[in-house]
Amino acid sequence: MRVLIPHALRSYTGQRDQVSAQGETLDDLLWDLDRKFPGMRFRMIDEQDQIRRHVVIFVKGAKTTNLAEPLADSEEVVIVQALSGG
Amino acid sequence: MSEPGVQLESGATLVVATRKGIFFLQPHGDRTDWRLSEPVFLGHIVNHAVVDPRDGTTMLAGARTGHLGPTVFRSRDGGATWIEADRPPAFDKAGPGEKSRVVSHTFWLSPGHVDEPGVWFAGTSPQALWISRDAGATWEGVRGFNDHPDYEIRTEDPQAGTPDGPVLHSILIDPRDARHMYLGLSGGGVYETRDQGESWNPLNQGMATTLADPSGDGVVQPTSIDWKEIGPEHDPHCVQMHPLAPDVLYQQNHCGIYRVQRPAERWQRIGDNMPSDIGDIGFVMGLHPRDPDTCWVFPMDGTDVWPRTSPDGKPAVYSTRDAGSSWQRQSVGLPGRGWYTVKRQCLSVDDADPVGVYFGTTSGEVWGSFDEGASWSCLAQHLPEIYSVEVAELA
Repeated sequence: MRVLIPHALRSYTGQRDQVSAQGETLDDLLWDLDRKFPGMRFRMIDEQDQIRRHVVIFVKGAKTTNLAEPLADSEEVVIVQALSGG
Repeated sequence: MSEPGVQLESGATLVVATRKGIFFLQPHGDRTDWRLSEPVFLGHIVNHAVVDPRDGTTMLAGARTGHLGPTVFRSRDGGATWIEADRPPAFDKAGPGEKSRVVSHTFWLSPGHVDEPGVWFAGTSPQALWISRDAGATWEGVRGFNDHPDYEIRTEDPQAGTPDGPVLHSILIDPRDARHMYLGLSGGGVYETRDQGESWNPLNQGMATTLADPSGDGVVQPTSIDWKEIGPEHDPHCVQMHPLAPDVLYQQNHCGIYRVQRPAERWQRIGDNMPSDIGDIGFVMGLHPRDPDTCWVFPMDGTDVWPRTSPDGKPAVYSTRDAGSSWQRQSVGLPGRGWYTVKRQCLSVDDADPVGVYFGTTSGEVWGSFDEGASWSCLAQHLPEIYSVEVAELA
């Protein structure tokens, strides 16, 4: 399925703003992304499997913090990067 | 992830890590003309960037951004190209009932012993020690420290309020014995291992603590508390081991300047010999590469609410040539007034003769002295807030 990539993570995807990845759950999909773009998952998900504070992920148009979220009926996952700091 | 870097010349280099990326300064001809590189990892918060003195080409950098998790970047070609660590420092996933820990950032990087090429150590916030045996590609926790039964009382709670989080820093490896190491915890004190991290003992005797804050106002008085050798009230800011006399340790502590000559266990406060109107509070300390009695500090204002700028806004380095018995002010060339801080990784020395001394400021200036501190010149300005300055010799 299609995954939309925010600017801050495009150094992993060769500057592509959309990539393809697969998974029955959001967690599966994020691991598939990490196989294709090594290191990418840890920048978004910490070692306790929590989505990092400034990363927001939308599945079927709704924000989710549940990595077990099923993706069976999804066509698109949107990763959004909050911009904070200064 | 790979990133383009910069093409650098071989020879002397200052590696300047900042809140907005890494910059390199290299002298052109003699040391009076310095050229500043383009930034690498522009926008990344880089706490420490270090060249491996064992090969002169490997560089590691501890980095994060305001929104992405922490990682370690590596260059194996003198900074021309960079790749990300395959497995940066990360705690194990907590089991049921276990306290979960999450690496906030890699604060400190130390190349390992000369007889162990490829070995590096890292210190993070929350306070933990990490080892890599493959030049920074993969990292594993040093369980003798990170999982010690007394971890919680030895280290500082990440929620305790230290700005930017408690850090593990000053990872020092005895050049005579790779298994003999020291580290600093801010807060938490100094610890020593003789088995490369399997077991650690505190080395904090003689230290004033933050509970007996030397600024005096509004803090617990030293007579009203029990002094303990273990605990986050110990706050070494920067610990240094002399490379030719590894039994000589210096420490710029939250509470003063100290020295110990092992096997003695008790630190001696040599900062009491500083001028009383300057005091001996600061972040940084640098040692002369050949003379164990000579070091440099950059005192800061620790009164009131701790501005951490130079006392009275008059920047000055102080040096001793007699192991702290006396101190000399070294401010020729520095601005008459200035309101910056020099953070704990931001003073470094080279091994030239005379020794070059360098420091970077929170206001983005790099200053250098080529006469062992007698006079100073500004080598770069208008950089982002500087987090570390390291001297390197590129192959």
